[in-house]
Amino acid sequence: MQIYLPIAEVSVNIFLLLGLGGMVGVLSGMFGVGGGFLITPLLFFIGIPPAVAVATSANQIIASSVSGLFAHLRRRNVDLRMGLVLQAGGLVGSGAGVALFNWLKQLGQVDLLVNLCYVVFLGAIGGLMFIESLSALRRAKGGAPVKKRKSRGLVHTLPLKMRFRTSGLYISVIPPLLVGAAVGVLSAVMGVGGGFIMVPAMIYLLHIPTKVVIGTSLLQIIVVAAFTTFLHAVTNHTVDVALALFLLIGGVVGAQFGTRIGARMKAEQLRILLAMLVLAVCFKLALDLFLPPSEIYTIAEVL
Amino acid sequence: MRLLRLVSLLTLLGLPLQSPAQEAPATDVPPQEELVQEELVLGLSQNRVAITANFDGSEILIFGAVKRAGPQLSPGADVVITVEGPTESVAVLRKERRAGIWVNTDQVTIHQAPSFYAVATSAPLEQVLTATEDLRQRISIPRAVRSISSRDEVTDEDSFVEALLRIRQGAGLYQMREGTVRFDEQTLFRTEVPLPSSLPVGLYTVKVYLLRNGALASKHETAIRVGKVGLEQWLFALSRENAVIYALMAIVVAVLSGWAASEGFRLLRRQ
Repeated sequence: MQIYLPIAEVSVNIFLLLGLGGMVGVLSGMFGVGGGFLITPLLFFIGIPPAVAVATSANQIIASSVSGLFAHLRRRNVDLRMGLVLQAGGLVGSGAGVALFNWLKQLGQVDLLVNLCYVVFLGAIGGLMFIESLSALRRAKGGAPVKKRKSRGLVHTLPLKMRFRTSGLYISVIPPLLVGAAVGVLSAVMGVGGGFIMVPAMIYLLHIPTKVVIGTSLLQIIVVAAFTTFLHAVTNHTVDVALALFLLIGGVVGAQFGTRIGARMKAEQLRILLAMLVLAVCFKLALDLFLPPSEIYTIAEVL
Repeated sequence: MRLLRLVSLLTLLGLPLQSPAQEAPATDVPPQEELVQEELVLGLSQNRVAITANFDGSEILIFGAVKRAGPQLSPGADVVITVEGPTESVAVLRKERRAGIWVNTDQVTIHQAPSFYAVATSAPLEQVLTATEDLRQRISIPRAVRSISSRDEVTDEDSFVEALLRIRQGAGLYQMREGTVRFDEQTLFRTEVPLPSSLPVGLYTVKVYLLRNGALASKHETAIRVGKVGLEQWLFALSRENAVIYALMAIVVAVLSGWAASEGFRLLRRQ
């Protein structure tokens, strides 16, 4: 069954859209990532114009993240206070990121930079997570005592300490603010919610328990994605609500299943799966950069 | 859809033919040709293409007749029909390998390229049309694309234009349909032009050329409007005219559906 999308101005199969949305929704609920880094390339692939794909995936991410967030809220897996602190840093970071993006645009080659950013970050984060969670899995299997983390790191010695009850932490607010800001910059430049950077940063830099990380990251993604949707719709008119609607019908349902699957799995298993997913996307993007394209010419709109 | 098209065709055929075409300007008739009063009459299966939510491409039937005041001419007349979408300017980018990575390096801007262009002829184009006449009337696909500019470092602009034609032909946006105009007894002609689902909106021009020995004998022009209707049109207009309301609507719809799904699943689990 085909549907004509009013903003994208192409006609696509409804079930294809529902399936894509559902797949990304499952990932969103499982790992706390918005799935922007996954759905945008998939939309390009089915023939949606790139500008519409980027803007509309932000809109669909809101829906699947809200769906996942409510499920996590009921499990008390969301640290609202930590979310707010990260968000405060994130807003400052996004502002700086938009300025950086516009500056790069003037220099030209912004697409290339975004792609290189993706490959480097996805590769580094995916690789590190993969190695870490693999050794964590091995330790668990071997039955060897888990090495205790250094209990007094930098996060404990800095001033402005705050108690984060859900995460079970009593740490300085400066590291979460910095993490939020860094993710804000990256997500503005790369045009994604930043979940795949935020989740590892919260696990490894802030030592928040993995289950709490996922719920809290979803909260952060919703705000960023809503802001992005608004900006794209007002400035570029590229948000296609019809496309978003079909993606999010699949997405919200998928997110519920994802949350359920995630709850049944061990933290190490979740991390290793996310690492593999991130590495797979990284590999695909790297191939696009290095392999000769089938058509070296592209048609673009004149601005 | 097909039935509707047939019905409209029948009604059109049943009615007296539409207003006569304007005569071809005298300058377009080569001097060696005997001046004969010839008029083209044109009909379309639809004069507007409505893009609805279930639009998945369409087809337009173009038909007509050659009306002659004088005696029957010697054979050798041909018909060429063009359907041209709104003109736009596009940038064609070319990738090159730099330090192992494929990056966009050169760019050529084509200021006037039709967003849709189909040429249907009654015989192979080179038999129907002389090169000078093609140049004058801009009938063939490469002639329809014009006004090319680039920076100094690009020396092979033609390959950029070729790439544009190749990509758009692949997408069904540019079509060369040689020999698809059926021309009966030198008077009646008809052809069908398929319209892809990615059809750009706007005002389209349909031109019919009557050619004799490769030169223009008569020409007629009419318009088709391609536009979104109903919900599609409403959403499109809202996104342009009330962008803030549209944006808020998109966000609210997303949040509500996320919440609804979450609540729905909770209720399902309770049972």
